[in-house]
Amino acid sequence: MTAPTTLTGVGVCAGVVVGPVRWMPGAVPEPVAGQPLAMDEREPECLRLVAATTAVQTALDARAEAASGTARAVLEATALMAADPSLQDAATGHVRERGLSAERAVWEAAGEVAAMIEALGGYLAERARDVLDVRDRIVAELTGRPAPGVPEPVAGQPFVLLAHDLAPADTATLSPESVLALVTVSGGPTSHTAIIARSLGLPAVVAVADAERLATAGELTDGTLVLVDGAAGTLLLAPDDEAQARARRLASGRRRTLDGPGRTADGLRVSLLANVADGASARAAAAAGAEGIGLFRTELAFLDRTDPPSVEEQAALYADVFAAFAGRRVVVRTLDAGSDKPLPFLDMGEEPNPALGVRGLRTALRAPQVLEDQLAAVARALAGQDAGQEGGPADVWVMAPMVSTADAADGFVARCAAHGITKAGVMVEVPSAALCSAQVLANVTFASIGTNDLTQYALAADRLVGDLATLNDPWQPGLLHLVAATCRGAAGLGPDGAGIPVGVCGEAAADPALACVLVGLGVRSLSMSAPALPDVGAALAGATSDLCREAAAAVLTVRTATEARAAARALLTHLPALGL
Amino acid sequence: MSDTTATTVSREVRVGAATGLHARPAALLVKAAGGLPVKVTLARPDGKQVDCRSMLAVLALGVGHGETVVLSAEGEGAAAAVDALAELVARDHDEPTA
Repeated sequence: MTAPTTLTGVGVCAGVVVGPVRWMPGAVPEPVAGQPLAMDEREPECLRLVAATTAVQTALDARAEAASGTARAVLEATALMAADPSLQDAATGHVRERGLSAERAVWEAAGEVAAMIEALGGYLAERARDVLDVRDRIVAELTGRPAPGVPEPVAGQPFVLLAHDLAPADTATLSPESVLALVTVSGGPTSHTAIIARSLGLPAVVAVADAERLATAGELTDGTLVLVDGAAGTLLLAPDDEAQARARRLASGRRRTLDGPGRTADGLRVSLLANVADGASARAAAAAGAEGIGLFRTELAFLDRTDPPSVEEQAALYADVFAAFAGRRVVVRTLDAGSDKPLPFLDMGEEPNPALGVRGLRTALRAPQVLEDQLAAVARALAGQDAGQEGGPADVWVMAPMVSTADAADGFVARCAAHGITKAGVMVEVPSAALCSAQVLANVTFASIGTNDLTQYALAADRLVGDLATLNDPWQPGLLHLVAATCRGAAGLGPDGAGIPVGVCGEAAADPALACVLVGLGVRSLSMSAPALPDVGAALAGATSDLCREAAAAVLTVRTATEARAAARALLTHLPALGL
Repeated sequence: MSDTTATTVSREVRVGAATGLHARPAALLVKAAGGLPVKVTLARPDGKQVDCRSMLAVLALGVGHGETVVLSAEGEGAAAAVDALAELVARDHDEPTA
């Protein structure tokens, strides 16, 4: 018997599971134009085209029927597009007049419609992608390929999803009931795969470069049994009975919940907070045991809007979130628009480098009233809290994104003060703010390190460029040194010189091993998507603050992200027993 | 038959959905239009008419919140069809229904 094959990648969400593999179908190739069909072939080809659009619509409707919430709405809208009369008329027109094959005609007609919708700009441009998704589904139907997207479970059997990479559109309908774990060939620790895995609490391994080679060799195909270890970042092919039994033991022990506030083994307090976007996610986070909210993203109320929401409307949304955390901390981040999150009423025009452009707090330079209204709304929600509510009013902190200089930080503090908001802080996402933290943070009451952006700027690697995924790794020594610098500069600040609190909100906080390192570097609150809280809490509870500092010192001496992981894990020996 | 079947019924209505006629409000409109016995068109006042049964055409119109649009139909059942869709267009879908 040969030794079982183990593939290695980068673990991005801990957990061990065993299950059969299902590959995500590859991209649908563009059909060739080919020779024009003979006149008498054209009408039958039109019938074939219409039959395919009907089949796709029926399949999507059936899936919508079985889905709920957002997924249902997305599927219903896609089903309507599949059988859209204007798309169908354009496509059959190409068949009749130009003699194109049905698949080529659909490809061209959908491309024209998508370009037209994209030209409208704004949020409608997003819908262009839906049209192309529909196009791929119809072409797949016509050419006998598997439908694009996450496969449906066969006979209710959940599976390990293998994909080259996963985009947000791929995962919109991903259900934790049918998917056991995510494994991708490319991607990095801050890729969309990692983010979705953590939000769903699914074990995940990315950058498993050898998976495609083994698939081609027929050793890793649909149905192959694998053991995924999201902490070790490994994929074990055809695990034996013993390995399977071990995985099941770990899995049953891992269904942990967050019990009590975060602290290290020797009692150092570390606040375990949640990232939320609205009242519903805040209530879910409270139910999951979050001690507070470390990042309240306020963009939701502004999306899909041609005008900014009124102060009253915003205040109502904020009050809803505050009410979920009565008596506890809620950190509100002011609008983080621009770059990859454009808003119609904050149109910054075409920027050569949007990530380095007018985004975050910088948008207030051009549209100061938007920030003024937002702060007024926070103040109104604060004042309107029911003083008699159980636990008392929420402890509201407000912070600005994308702060680069001491002047920008001080300006924000002054604006907050004008609205009676005393707990004003900034996010540390730009290397200059990390390096000059003693100056930039001199007049704020707290700081929160946004590790996703700080990594992208420290390594000069666009988060959205897949080829640079290994650079966008929060274990990169460059990022860890900037976290250390931020904490060092913040340590002597504050009215009594005892330091101001520094937290981390970003994917780094959700990695149990990295969480221990961050605490060792001086971070005192960790904010993440709520499903990640129990594992991070367990990892911290098993490590003394001395051990965390030791791990922190170790990662500051290594050369690479891989070495940093290994150095920390070599010291944090309690993690494997926790399945982390 | 009588000339009533050839009469065009038109109605102006203000878009109630906060997001305008896209995403879910558009899907609801298109779905409802597909179930009607007559073709109903949507247009801006004096603008190009599009078929309410086409999701893509409705989206491409890019109608925003608070805009006035014209719904039109011809033939038997035209008035009832226009009224049914006008109610959908005017509705604020973000209002809690529960």
